[in-house]
Amino acid sequence: MKMYLTPMPNSRLTRRSFGGALAGAMALAILPRAAAALDDASARALIDRAVGEVHEIINSGRSEARMLTDFEGIFTRYADVTTIARTTLGAAARQATAAQMSAYTRAFGIYLSHKYGRRFREFIGARIEVTGSRPLKSFYEVRSVAYLQGEAPFELLWYVSSASGRDLFFNIVIEGVDLLNSERIEMGAMLDRRRGDLDAMIADLRARG
Amino acid sequence: MPRLLFIPRVSVPFLAALLLAGCGVREMPSGIFDPYETANRETHAFNVALSGVLAGAAGGDSALPEPVLKVAANFAGNLGLPNKIFNSLLQGRVEPAVMNTLRLLVNTTFGVGGLFDAAGTSFGLPEHYTDFGETLYVWGVGEGAYIELPIIGPSTERDAFGRVIDVFIDPLGAVLTVHQHNKVRLIRLTGNTAGNLRYAGSVTAILNESADSYAQARLIYLQNRRFALGATSDEDVFDPYAQ
Repeated sequence: MKMYLTPMPNSRLTRRSFGGALAGAMALAILPRAAAALDDASARALIDRAVGEVHEIINSGRSEARMLTDFEGIFTRYADVTTIARTTLGAAARQATAAQMSAYTRAFGIYLSHKYGRRFREFIGARIEVTGSRPLKSFYEVRSVAYLQGEAPFELLWYVSSASGRDLFFNIVIEGVDLLNSERIEMGAMLDRRRGDLDAMIADLRARG
Repeated sequence: MPRLLFIPRVSVPFLAALLLAGCGVREMPSGIFDPYETANRETHAFNVALSGVLAGAAGGDSALPEPVLKVAANFAGNLGLPNKIFNSLLQGRVEPAVMNTLRLLVNTTFGVGGLFDAAGTSFGLPEHYTDFGETLYVWGVGEGAYIELPIIGPSTERDAFGRVIDVFIDPLGAVLTVHQHNKVRLIRLTGNTAGNLRYAGSVTAILNESADSYAQARLIYLQNRRFALGATSDEDVFDPYAQ
């Protein structure tokens, strides 16, 4: 497929570019380790620092392969990859063995960070400003505005939880579209292609990473 | 909960999470009603093929320059404003109707008949998008099933019906002859396609790489449309840590 037009006329998102937005969001995803004390000011400071850190990677002039490894590290430290991976696998996670889950989680983490890391060129010059946070269900919703070069600003939501024992983000929402749902569908489709064979699917996932 | 500093201490929530992980997995509700999936997937395959042809025509080596696409999109957008103003009024929303009216006036005059988006760039008056599908939502009509329309792409029964109605209620129809109005429709269609081509690249990348571009397009449309309509609530937010 070369190009697919998705007219979502009421969507500022499509006009902004979902890919670029999500890429920027994921790559800039550094969140506080101390969400218990999360407030507007500390969240803003931490994400500002994150933006700087990601820019450092982007502007480092390192090889793309090296940059992808750096992005991988950011995901490992700041995202609840275990929960994201388990959720995206859905019902299949129930039948999976511990060894399969561990292999899947590792492959998924690499796939996710590389998927968005590869699009780093789109968020050169990006800026994210935290505008506030509020408790939502069992976690925190951190609101921010993303400014990508040449695009109108758009709202970015981060879901941060301390339920894993550390304060980590587990979802990112851009104009209603969320990462967890999108990857759940993606993983489901990959598993269907292998007719439910998890080991084969994990091998495919590794190949995509 | 006490502040956890750097050392990932084993906390009660952590143990609880471990137990939960052992007991099973909370599944995300899909929020998708797609009884016509088989037919929709056929339409999707057609749309994908068509988009490839369009991309070859407009996005290939002989690509139309970005400013041309932008001007075409601006012009078409301006001609679509009367219908948006009318829909805002049908929804009982005066403010967006007023903003879009100002936008129409500014862009038709300073924007040289709508070729340039003077209102958006110099007057802080971005377009407030709306359509009859939204009007139906405001009036309490349900979303209906998901549909992928030929050429147009993702939609729902409510939005598809809204699109048909929008063709007939366009206030421009009242002041133009049928022949003139048909020209306007053609310009809007062409211009909107030009606008889509400008942004298609990034959405394309996501869909291109996907194992199931149909399902991704469906999710993106439904989630984004519900968000734009204000049809989502905190209750709908998925919490993987909840018991």
